[in-house]
Amino acid sequence: MSVATDGRVLAPLGRRACEVTAVRTTGTYRVFSALDRDGPRPAPGQFYMLTGEDWGSAGGRPYLPRAFAVAEERAADAGVELDFMLEPVGPGTVRLDGLAPGDEIELTGPLGRPFSMPAELNPDAAGAILVGGGIGIATLAIWRRALADAGIATRSLLGFRDEAHAGGLELFDCSEVRLASEDGHVGHRGYVTDLLAVLLEGEDSSRSAAVYACGPPAMLEAVREMCGDRDVACELAMEAPMACGFGACFGCAVPLAGGSYMRLCVDGPVVRGEQIETALVAGAGH
Amino acid sequence: MSTPAAQPDLGIELCGIRLAHPVLNGSGTFDAIAARRAFGDALLERFPFAAFVSKTITPEPRAGNPPPRIFETPSGMVNSIGLPNKGLDGFLRHDLPALAELPVPLIVSVMGTSAEEFAGLVDGVGDRHEVAALELNVSCPNVKSGLIVGEQPTETLALLRALRDRTAKPLIVKLTPNVADPAAIAVAAEEGGADAVSLVNTIKAAPMDPATMRPWLGAGSGGLSGAAIRPIALGQLTSVAAAVGIPAIGMGGIESGGDALEFIAAGATAVAVGTANFRDPIAAERVRIELAGELAARDLDEVESARGRAVPSSATSTST
Repeated sequence: MSVATDGRVLAPLGRRACEVTAVRTTGTYRVFSALDRDGPRPAPGQFYMLTGEDWGSAGGRPYLPRAFAVAEERAADAGVELDFMLEPVGPGTVRLDGLAPGDEIELTGPLGRPFSMPAELNPDAAGAILVGGGIGIATLAIWRRALADAGIATRSLLGFRDEAHAGGLELFDCSEVRLASEDGHVGHRGYVTDLLAVLLEGEDSSRSAAVYACGPPAMLEAVREMCGDRDVACELAMEAPMACGFGACFGCAVPLAGGSYMRLCVDGPVVRGEQIETALVAGAGH
Repeated sequence: MSTPAAQPDLGIELCGIRLAHPVLNGSGTFDAIAARRAFGDALLERFPFAAFVSKTITPEPRAGNPPPRIFETPSGMVNSIGLPNKGLDGFLRHDLPALAELPVPLIVSVMGTSAEEFAGLVDGVGDRHEVAALELNVSCPNVKSGLIVGEQPTETLALLRALRDRTAKPLIVKLTPNVADPAAIAVAAEEGGADAVSLVNTIKAAPMDPATMRPWLGAGSGGLSGAAIRPIALGQLTSVAAAVGIPAIGMGGIESGGDALEFIAAGATAVAVGTANFRDPIAAERVRIELAGELAARDLDEVESARGRAVPSSATSTST
């Protein structure tokens, strides 16, 4: 396994077939497992481009691969088993939603820049605060386990639109979790960022924490502003429309603070809050 | 069943450059520097293209267009990237040394908004030993005339006449498909001294956001690529190849060796893989391997034998 200086695990060159080993439903989401016999274990925050041999045939869509963060990864007898969580909302996710054990998918990865350890973001960081919204909690679940393995104290704030979209909660099998829901079915009625505001205002240790967030663009922008206003280091795991995942298509432009753009696939998907102009990227969330 | 032919010779000569096989990349569809960050040196050991065509560079740095920049369509995609690049100086300083490490000849794509800007780019790139050839991206307006250079034979001819004597390196003109008669543009390019033409660029397109019924792309419109445009590209290639004596590099939705052979049969000397790179970084390797198989299945021992002619499958072959 090769690792670059910024922590990213290099991907084997070329897309490869992987057998789907399990599928399950959690709320409105589907989680499927794929056995990547020839791939390395990804670093938390990295993603994969998923596609199928038959994509682009009948009906012509889906045509391009789709980017997915990893929700869980386990060493297998050969290679690594990867879990991906999705909600069937478009041609690509509907196709992936229909996968059954024994089916094949094709993937390229792991790709992109992973999360940084708290001390890399802030030398005084005493711990980590994870802020997740909806399906965005998938990539935080894998990061939380890595932080726990490193002995770093972590508090998790998770928010959901409604009960059906709280399916990702099962990925967080830890006690230190505070919840919010827009429909009030669980925890605080409102936004997860309300919980973050309380935490950042109320506890001295919060300012010396590092915040990691993944969720809808509006949530990420609220976290970015909240942390920026308080000089709290934060990293955001973002998404943007992306055709390739390895810097070829230039589709995944995210505006940088100070002008110009970054390519989220090679300079993200994990970005520091102060790097970017806004997390409200046109086209993201589709 | 016939005896399988020996591995066909895929080697070609393009504008005096010997290439191991005929599969290139389309400009702007593969960033070898970024791909090396993702895949490491494996990319150099197993480089998928016989020559590498750079993303288009312009005299000054460009940030590119506001997002969204891409949109998936049936068997294709529309992009409006806006030519983000570091500018000529940034390219020479930062990108050229990295591209010189690639194991294949380098073709640099350039675009200016006047003959003077193009001349500056040709002067800056043309005498660099790392550069094997230049591709002229003429899908841009001439600020003086307001006309898209590649849409007017007179503009194309004038540009080539202004540039031809500035470099001994081969000049390849990238043709736009957004004209009624691409062969007329190709003839003008040849008359002006171009060494080759490449086609097609993307086809102008403007996808709508189904949620708002407004244009989806940040720039309003963009260009369609992918398998959806393949028959259009083949049609334009056929007419261009019949009209000029210089080589043509064919592209537009090539995803398989069979696709590549169609372009070669339509008259292409070389082919380029574009959007398929996004689906698999080594899509071009598969195209090359399949092309060899397609030739062998037709009892052809070299790719040159297929150029510009009908190449039926071997009568004795029962495979499909």
